Amino acid sequence: MVLGVLGPNGAGKTTAVSILATLISPDAGSALVAGADVVRSPRDVRRRIGLSGQFAAVDEHLTGFENLDMVGRLYHLGRRRARSRATELLEQFDLVEAGGRPVKTYSGGMRRRLDLAGALVADPPVLFLDEPTTGLDPHSRRQLWEVIRRMVGSGTTVLLTTQYMEEADQLADRVLVIDHGKAIAEGTPDELKRLVGAERIEVTVAAGAAVSHAREVLDRFAVGEQQVDERARTVVTPIAGGGAEALMQALRALDQGQVAVQDVGLRRPTLDDVFLTLTGHAAEPTEPEEAAT
Amino acid sequence: MSAMLNAVSDAATIAKRNVIKIKRVPEVLVFVLLSPIMFVLLFAYVFGDSIAIPGGSYREFLIAGIFAQTVVFGSIFTGAGLAEDIQKGIMNRFRSLPMSRSALLVGRTMSDVVYNVASLAIMALTGLVVGWRIDTGVLPAIAGFSLLLLFAYAFSWVMAFVGLIVPSVEVINNASFMVTMPLTFVANTFVPAENLPPVLRAFALWNPVSAVTQATRELFGNIPPGTPDPAVWPLQHPVLYTLIWAAVIIAVFAPLAVNRYRTMQRS
Repeated sequence: MVLGVLGPNGAGKTTAVSILATLISPDAGSALVAGADVVRSPRDVRRRIGLSGQFAAVDEHLTGFENLDMVGRLYHLGRRRARSRATELLEQFDLVEAGGRPVKTYSGGMRRRLDLAGALVADPPVLFLDEPTTGLDPHSRRQLWEVIRRMVGSGTTVLLTTQYMEEADQLADRVLVIDHGKAIAEGTPDELKRLVGAERIEVTVAAGAAVSHAREVLDRFAVGEQQVDERARTVVTPIAGGGAEALMQALRALDQGQVAVQDVGLRRPTLDDVFLTLTGHAAEPTEPEEAAT
Repeated sequence: MSAMLNAVSDAATIAKRNVIKIKRVPEVLVFVLLSPIMFVLLFAYVFGDSIAIPGGSYREFLIAGIFAQTVVFGSIFTGAGLAEDIQKGIMNRFRSLPMSRSALLVGRTMSDVVYNVASLAIMALTGLVVGWRIDTGVLPAIAGFSLLLLFAYAFSWVMAFVGLIVPSVEVINNASFMVTMPLTFVANTFVPAENLPPVLRAFALWNPVSAVTQATRELFGNIPPGTPDPAVWPLQHPVLYTLIWAAVIIAVFAPLAVNRYRTMQRS
């Protein structure tokens, strides 16, 4: 089971994870992780969790193997088990060849994989992944998604924070959207998408006067509220799916309605779209990223 | 009992990690070793002829002072190492693990002893080259080096605490000099404390760095015969006074640092 926590920078994702992983204590309230209270029995919580953060928390002077071995020892697996677990994980994460090299020679993607492996050393029932792919290139991101999917297959509960709608869609069974430290929506990715639309058609008309006409023409394709920007002369219409087909029909409809179109495109909903729909404001960071980390 | 064993084994795991780092980044060790050599040579040749030590030679007098200063400076590594762990984010990993809450700090202070052992060895060799000698025996010599290491170990807990408070490695490198420079210069390390102006002299006579230096000189036999006995209790009983300071520093700063590690709200 994967719970995705989706929100912009400064929404409180890292703070929430830090509290659940016992790194910081809450000002008020309580939380249970796998049955253990984060304030009253933090030690029990730590025994049951793995944490992989936004910044790869590995020692760059140690080799990959040494990093995992050290973490295993600190989970009190014992010398032999820590070693065999380190070897296992290096294989699982495709780091066998790099395992004997100091981490400072690793690429960003390799570091993230090692960091993730570190969170899995003790095979914890609960795993916190705080923006595991932020800053990675698309290829490394996909690779990491693959790894996370495999891991979930083995029955771990994962709490994953992300700024990417697509990532939540790819990995999460349920998604919690948060803003300014508060949950504003919860549901399966499909439910959220039904709310926001799977894809959107973005049309820019040639003349300002045609904007409202275009909106009316496109209204029948819409599954959610359309967004109109008079100044940019754009109409954004969320659609249910089957993007290419819908786009053709929309263009035909606009042509029949004699709307002169300057530009047209199909795009996936972004976090901004989710936020715009749910809160009426864009997902702009309200504080610098550092403040949330 | 098993909590105790875990605490020891966790600290050993951390110490091992830090020692691996010392091996992997030998540049650091090179500078750790070069600067005391430079200090010995600078002081021996720049001040050597202008500071008179009644009945003895300045170089004999100087070496214990440089030993004391260098091991106190060595404590900065402890603070810088911890500040770096925070900066690099690996502190979060450690704090999320079910390891002993004292292990990261105990392991760090222990592994930093390696730096001090290495720098004492290289300074002793340099000292021998410029004419310093141990005029007592093997046991007092071992006692002298042990006392220096113990005092340095205690002082590294002060820097461990500071390292957990400062926002970055750069800050600790600069800020710690504000403490370690006066502490090691307003003392009997490089000039006899009696020569200092009254206020500084009072500080110097009660300064634990003076006591470590005095104790080391006594244990190495570097005090010329006929030197009058020191006027204050700390320097009359420098070994005891040093031991008391070491115990007090650890008793105060180890709990402070561990508590800071447990409750820090920075992630």
